[in-house]
Amino acid sequence: MYPDNYRYTKEHEWVLVEGDSGTIGITLHAQQELGDIVYVDLPKPGDRLVQHKTFGSVESVKAVSDIYAPVSGEVIAVNEALAGAPETLNADPHGAAWLIRIRLSAPEEIQNLLTASQYQEYLGEPGK
Amino acid sequence: MISPALLKQTPLNAVHRRMGARMVDFGGWDMPVQYSGVIEEHHAVRRCVGVFDVSHMGEIEIGGREALRLIDHVTPNSIADMQCGQARYSALLYPHGGFVDDILVYKVAEDRYFLCVNASNQEKDYAHIRDANRFECEVEFAGDRYAQLAISGPLTQPTLQKLTATDLNAIRYYRFVDGEVAGAPARIARTGYTGEDVFEIFIPPGEAPRLWDAVLDAGAEFGIKPCGLGARNTLRLEAGMALYGHEIHASIDPFEAGLGRMVRFDKGDFIGRDALLARRSTGPRRRLGGLEMRGRGIARDGYEMRIDGSPAGWVTSGSPSPTLNKNIGLCYLPAGCAEPGRAVSVIVRGQPVEAATVPTPFYKRAR
Repeated sequence: MYPDNYRYTKEHEWVLVEGDSGTIGITLHAQQELGDIVYVDLPKPGDRLVQHKTFGSVESVKAVSDIYAPVSGEVIAVNEALAGAPETLNADPHGAAWLIRIRLSAPEEIQNLLTASQYQEYLGEPGK
Repeated sequence: MISPALLKQTPLNAVHRRMGARMVDFGGWDMPVQYSGVIEEHHAVRRCVGVFDVSHMGEIEIGGREALRLIDHVTPNSIADMQCGQARYSALLYPHGGFVDDILVYKVAEDRYFLCVNASNQEKDYAHIRDANRFECEVEFAGDRYAQLAISGPLTQPTLQKLTATDLNAIRYYRFVDGEVAGAPARIARTGYTGEDVFEIFIPPGEAPRLWDAVLDAGAEFGIKPCGLGARNTLRLEAGMALYGHEIHASIDPFEAGLGRMVRFDKGDFIGRDALLARRSTGPRRRLGGLEMRGRGIARDGYEMRIDGSPAGWVTSGSPSPTLNKNIGLCYLPAGCAEPGRAVSVIVRGQPVEAATVPTPFYKRAR
């Protein structure tokens, strides 16, 4: 359910690192908690992300939720398809509904993130 | 976050959990916010039928020779002209004219009234009424004696009619009958909060799980869906109905909230009358209005609004409208600015987004 080659945050984002770039999204758990997603607010190519700082937001019918950067870097691509079809985030949050791609500025930050098994363990704790 | 174990529960709590509802803390109650999804549940109510557990709502019973005098004293709407079996939307007000709560008054008998009040206000409301009681009548907190289901949508009547011998067709809007549903004693009221045809049934708490299942079975052929508070909120917002804590609260009076029709100065004295008379002569400073987003963004409760770049008011409720496919909201603006057709902006995460004032309700069903 949670790919082993992704890394995760306690704020329910994931990142897939390939070379010096990282693809970022929100987790299955995040979309389940949010419910029907109707709006996504994302940065533009060239914007800089700082690890653990908010870089955008996702809105469901019920509420707004900030998205936090799992790693620092510069935005090199944005999933433009989400603007017209935000519900993709409910259907395929780990795949087609990736949010942005960045060029990592501090690849060592990956070490701070959770592995798939650590994330799932975290989800299993009460109150998550 | 409060542990769910410490929250108040309705008699259907275990049913909601078993059926996989997403539960949230709603004003101290552990309530289902959604089952299959807010949008799907919303459409079920607009297109066929949905059922809601609204057992968290409070009930207060007032009985005795002067029950009418007490209710007339604590509410601004006219009560004396109500008939038995009739319900009326009213409020409890403070002496300064602000809302204690909005309520429904049901006239059960000449000397007996039944109030349905907001869940999070029920203890406050009870104390407010009891403190005002200098009449020959008893005020009884009855929240624990009733569970409540709301069944709503164009196919509500055929759904519920299967379960009762009471002729539902004979119950007009804002009327009620005491009868039976699936063999359980039930107060069957054609009152509700969705802008669609609706029945609310007040039932003994112990019968709630059985009746919940019975209603779902009866509505199965029509595509009934169990619905949570998320859909209840989007439905009431489209219908332009106020929610306590958002459109109305202690700092808002009925004129500001667009509820002047519930204030009947001709009926004599009531709590808040003097303050409201003064307000009426000056006119409200601010008014509740509808808004529609023009730019990309969703207005949310508490967002600032601007007119010509200057702070002008605030959003009280905002959401995507599943029926209209627009982002809508209710807001307070200066009295001269709330009329439909004005360009405004809503500050969404620090950025102004274009919007316009529009008439309410946003949605009105064809009859």
